[in-house]
Amino acid sequence: MNDSKVDLVVQNRSPEDQEAQRGTKETTYLEAIREAMWEEMTTDPTVFLLGEDVGTYGGAFKITEGFLDEFGPERIIDTPISEAAIVGAAIGAAHMGFKPIAEMQFIDFIAPAFDMIVNFAAKVRYRTGVGAPLVIRGPCGGGAHAGPFHSQNVESYFANVAGLKMVAPATARDAKGLLRAAIRDPDPVLYFEHKYLYRRIKEELPIDEEIIVPLGVARTHRPGSDLTIVTYGAMVYKAEEAASRISEQDGAELEILDLRTLRPLDTSTIVESVKRTGRVLIVHEAPRFGGFAGEIASQICEEAFEWLDAPIRRVTALDTPVPFSPPLEEYYLPQTADIVDAARWMLAY
Amino acid sequence: MSSLTSEELRELFRYLVLSRGLEERLEHLLKQGQVVGDLYDGRGQEAAVVGSAFALEEGDWLAPSLREMGALLTRGLDPRLLLLQYLARDGSPSAGRDRAHHLTIPHLGLLGPIGPLGAHLCVLNGVALAFRMRGERRVCLTYLGDGASRTGAAHEGLNLAAVQRLPLVVILIHNRWAFGTRSDQQAAVADWIDVAAAYGVPAASVDGNDVLQVYDETRRAVDRARRGEGVTLIVAETYRMQGHAQHDSQEYVPAEELHEWRARDPIDLFERYLIDSGFESRPSLAVVKEAVRRELAAAAEEALSAPMPEPEGARFRTVEGEDIPVPWTRREAVYEDVGQPAMRP
Repeated sequence: MNDSKVDLVVQNRSPEDQEAQRGTKETTYLEAIREAMWEEMTTDPTVFLLGEDVGTYGGAFKITEGFLDEFGPERIIDTPISEAAIVGAAIGAAHMGFKPIAEMQFIDFIAPAFDMIVNFAAKVRYRTGVGAPLVIRGPCGGGAHAGPFHSQNVESYFANVAGLKMVAPATARDAKGLLRAAIRDPDPVLYFEHKYLYRRIKEELPIDEEIIVPLGVARTHRPGSDLTIVTYGAMVYKAEEAASRISEQDGAELEILDLRTLRPLDTSTIVESVKRTGRVLIVHEAPRFGGFAGEIASQICEEAFEWLDAPIRRVTALDTPVPFSPPLEEYYLPQTADIVDAARWMLAY
Repeated sequence: MSSLTSEELRELFRYLVLSRGLEERLEHLLKQGQVVGDLYDGRGQEAAVVGSAFALEEGDWLAPSLREMGALLTRGLDPRLLLLQYLARDGSPSAGRDRAHHLTIPHLGLLGPIGPLGAHLCVLNGVALAFRMRGERRVCLTYLGDGASRTGAAHEGLNLAAVQRLPLVVILIHNRWAFGTRSDQQAAVADWIDVAAAYGVPAASVDGNDVLQVYDETRRAVDRARRGEGVTLIVAETYRMQGHAQHDSQEYVPAEELHEWRARDPIDLFERYLIDSGFESRPSLAVVKEAVRRELAAAAEEALSAPMPEPEGARFRTVEGEDIPVPWTRREAVYEDVGQPAMRP
């Protein structure tokens, strides 16, 4: 890890050094998260990290390996197994002008911190005028055969709470850029990193460029004219497989919007795309009932109903807990074939 | 014998009387239909609250729990602002968006609790962490009732503070009742000081109705915290003299217990001490009481003349002169009030 440290220290470099180091570096989704935190902590002394096993062990997924040596125990805090205490301390430090990153070892473990997030962090600026600029991040999502308590997608638990922002990157570039933006944001941001993508996604990222992706702006992952798939997180890649298959076999072109930020939702980009394609399929990995797709569909109905040529459809996980055994989990999760089937039905409507 | 000067003793007396007087006035305003909601008051517990808050220095932070109005006043909060809060008026610190003592005011070092009590301890830990990261020798103090101390957040918060040796003092107000449940149904400890052992922090037990005993013990704990020696838990033994709130006539509380504790009213006890030990005379204390009465009468009049907030203010939060739409984003603000659906051309 020491080698990458050298790459990441961008300040105090001579122009010659910068020229010599210009170029790109293969970066995994996991490394992108790590680099975003490393760079923000290096340039901003008010950024610090607290969570379970983040220091001595270097994080359950080794994202923060080497951080304790570099930044010391006051800024890399190994906490007791106490998610409420972790988020609470982050809120208090944020009130004092710090920018804490609170790590949930698995995003499923955010449940014990629910009160701190929805009653304290989300409401405090409205109630008191004092903000809480903190980031709560953790690995979400299935596909790792980790069972009901290490596989969930929790965005809908928080979607109905005013005062929270929510981010779910699909690419390494966004993982890095959205995390940096989240750390700098003046309000609490929940940052959902998909564990299935940690080491599977590898991208060439520029070494010299400061990557910051603003919150609240969706990304067109694949342009198309016949149907819009609205999705985020790991489902972007299932949608991509489905779009390729339909392009090859049916000759129809599917547009894929990667939301990147769930709240604030980039409604205008969704509506613009729907008005062009006339069909929208919403795909997410979380269960269906009360899921995020419901909100997106409602907004489309309110703003673009007249442009729709087919009913809005959803492809989601089952309304069950995430099952453990691989065949059960595969059945539970949305698959490429499900997206292909739904898209074909809509195209034929 | 306390180390306080005669001026400080008089100041302490004034805060006790101010706290009592404000809560009496709020009870009247509630009965007149002016206080919105209800009144969860701390009359009878003022010594535990004022005595401990008085031990802090400028720059220290304090987080109240449910019945600590006296602590807010002792830390310098203007009673007019509290009245505006209770009356839900425009111009109150939360501009009508939250109730009562739920106030976070950084320049006074006040951190507001939320409805689920105990959470404030976890958040106050973050303030203490900030002090440490900045190398500042400042102290945090908070309150937990015997009920609030049994929440998960209180356990997690106290435990984190203990392992991190944060500069924190926790006053556990053992007032025997959490709403309608006796404290022996909250914890199976013979003496509430025993709860400290689980966290490995030093603890002391004080007569919570003796303001000087509370002050002296808290002062020791604050000094320890300031020296970097970590957390102290102080159990203040007292009694909840009112119902949970004004709606609660507390028939379930044994009359003889109330009678017993009424004879140990903390303000009466301190008044007697000040007179008996020659610091004050009855007339000199009457002057203090009258000044407080006039201050509160004027404050109440002013609060009653303040307007209610404009309804559409619910949508915005003004921070430093800027209206910030809920939930804080221009992009999402565009989505508000769609009105008539758009028609396809």
